[in-house]
Amino acid sequence: MSKTACKKIICEELCARAAHDKDIVVLCSDSRGSAGMSGFFEMYPSRAFEVGIAEQDIVSIAAGMAASGKKPFVFSPASFLTSRSYEQVKVDCAYSDMNVKLIGVSGGVSYGALGYSHHATNDIACMCALPNMAVYMPSDGRQAASLVGHLLSDPGPAYVRVGRNPVDDIYGSGAQFAPGRAISPLSPWPDCDVVIISCGEMVKAAVDAAMALEKDGVKVSVIDMYCLKPFDVDAVISHARNASLVVTVEEHVPSGGLGSLVAQAISSNCPKPVHSLSLPDGPVVSGTSQEVFAFYHLDSEGIAREVKRLLGVN
Amino acid sequence: MDRLDKLALELRKDVARLIHKAGTGHIGGDFSVMEILVTLYFEVMDINKDDFPNPCRDRFVLSKGHCVEALYAVLARKGFIDWDDVFDGYGAFGSRFIGHPNNKIPGIEMNTGSLGHGLAIGVGMALASRMDDGRNRVYVVMGDGELDEGSVWEAAMAAASYRLGNLCAVIDRNRLQISGRTEDVMGLDPLDEKWKSFGWNVLACNGNSCEELSAAFLLASRCGTRPSVIIANTVKGYGASLMEDKASWHHKVPDEQELSLILDGLDRRMEGLS
Ligand SMILES: Cc1ncc(C[n+]2csc(CCOP(=O)(O)OP(=O)(O)O)c2C)c(N)n1
Ligand SMILES: [Mg+2]
Repeated sequence: MSKTACKKIICEELCARAAHDKDIVVLCSDSRGSAGMSGFFEMYPSRAFEVGIAEQDIVSIAAGMAASGKKPFVFSPASFLTSRSYEQVKVDCAYSDMNVKLIGVSGGVSYGALGYSHHATNDIACMCALPNMAVYMPSDGRQAASLVGHLLSDPGPAYVRVGRNPVDDIYGSGAQFAPGRAISPLSPWPDCDVVIISCGEMVKAAVDAAMALEKDGVKVSVIDMYCLKPFDVDAVISHARNASLVVTVEEHVPSGGLGSLVAQAISSNCPKPVHSLSLPDGPVVSGTSQEVFAFYHLDSEGIAREVKRLLGVN
Repeated sequence: MDRLDKLALELRKDVARLIHKAGTGHIGGDFSVMEILVTLYFEVMDINKDDFPNPCRDRFVLSKGHCVEALYAVLARKGFIDWDDVFDGYGAFGSRFIGHPNNKIPGIEMNTGSLGHGLAIGVGMALASRMDDGRNRVYVVMGDGELDEGSVWEAAMAAASYRLGNLCAVIDRNRLQISGRTEDVMGLDPLDEKWKSFGWNVLACNGNSCEELSAAFLLASRCGTRPSVIIANTVKGYGASLMEDKASWHHKVPDEQELSLILDGLDRRMEGLS
């Protein structure tokens, strides 16, 4: 099993595709190193644009390029790209329905002890609230690679959050990712006790928790909602309908993210309680992302522990 | 002034040890900004831990918040915080000493970290001070890469428009940002002309000399109703030749050997002063 940062895969994939697609352009805001995009800048200097530390500017420039037929990919830290640039994203990308792909790097609490200013823990809520905007959070490299192809074939705006850290492979080489559809990383139980719904870096933790719980006789299905908008309501309902417990796990604040989306889908289709494991509604405790996950029960042990507590088993 | 230059070199040693130990920090910018902070805190500003937060205090905002390690070292020397607490806590789980300024720490006014906010905050503080007939002054330290943010120039217009002579901005003009030289990433020159055309009183000096900085701050305080900006020409990584003027040291962490080279280099500069 190998570990790769999703941003590295996205860069490689874009470099390969740019050879055949002259409209692909990349924009960075003094962020090419942290975005892992230095390779693209070296390979395609005439299609790589540095705008300086100017996250509002970068989004509007990209929208202007898209309006003139280019396929811009904007790489900037997720925190700034989804907060500082929010109005540019809302009006110039979403409202004008422009083919701008926003890649938020170092999302969630990737930046650890750099603190709240650098954390993107409300980005999913913000981006899902915009019209036309597709929102993704890939969980491993293969999914990230396949996502690039999908982004290029879709003419609308999209936001992709990736973390800073290398992530384990979850899927094998044969995995197929259909746009807009959730996927089960483990073969799902027809009659599971628990369904854990997660996205991004949390999927690996959910899978590990599910395998540990299985050893204790708890049947767990895991859903990877790597596409948060459009949201695969059918997948959620079909798994949740017969489960006695629905748990969501996300690297996001409690409101407006995966937990809210799942609760909304379930309440109108197969009402039952949804237990949401998330970051708190406020700055997180300072530490590395792994320390932060462990503190808020977002690592595999924490998820398994919470599931057992909710099931009343030990 | 040798005393202050010496102090700035000494505090760099604290910062280098801290970053080495914690495995995180922005050492290049910490080293370029140190004389600016030392001159402000030990020569220019009226800020003391004993009467903090006295409403008449001068106000300080570290807009280039990533250089908080330098600020920690200065605040510790001013008695606001205990250096041992910083040394043990910085980068550790659950610590309040995080990688950007946080106003839960005594002596820090505002949380920064996202670049391009500080000057507008300074405008707000300067306006409030004028409403209160205050005699205090407001100081904002920015990076030069930070000037890429449009919000800086919105604040620059507001400060001139409101005739905020009580506001002084300092630009740590080290000519580097993360991706390389500022003039390659996003050209800023002629920087002095830009600020002049925005209605500011523009001063320039060697930003790694406390004496020159001190003189510039004095001139700034006498310029009447125009806000002042000091373009402090600095060297990123100043004081340790292996880091000087190298973009790669923006947030690189020195290993054991590099740390000892850095400390030796600082010692040699200090000998040169006395
Ligand atoms: C709004 C925003 N965008 C991006 C960053 C990431 N970042 C941190 S430091 C830095 C470079 C700053 O360069 P400069 O202002 O010249 O600082 P210095 O050289 O003094 O370290 C960047 C882009 C940030 N902190 N805030
Ligand atoms: Mg700089």
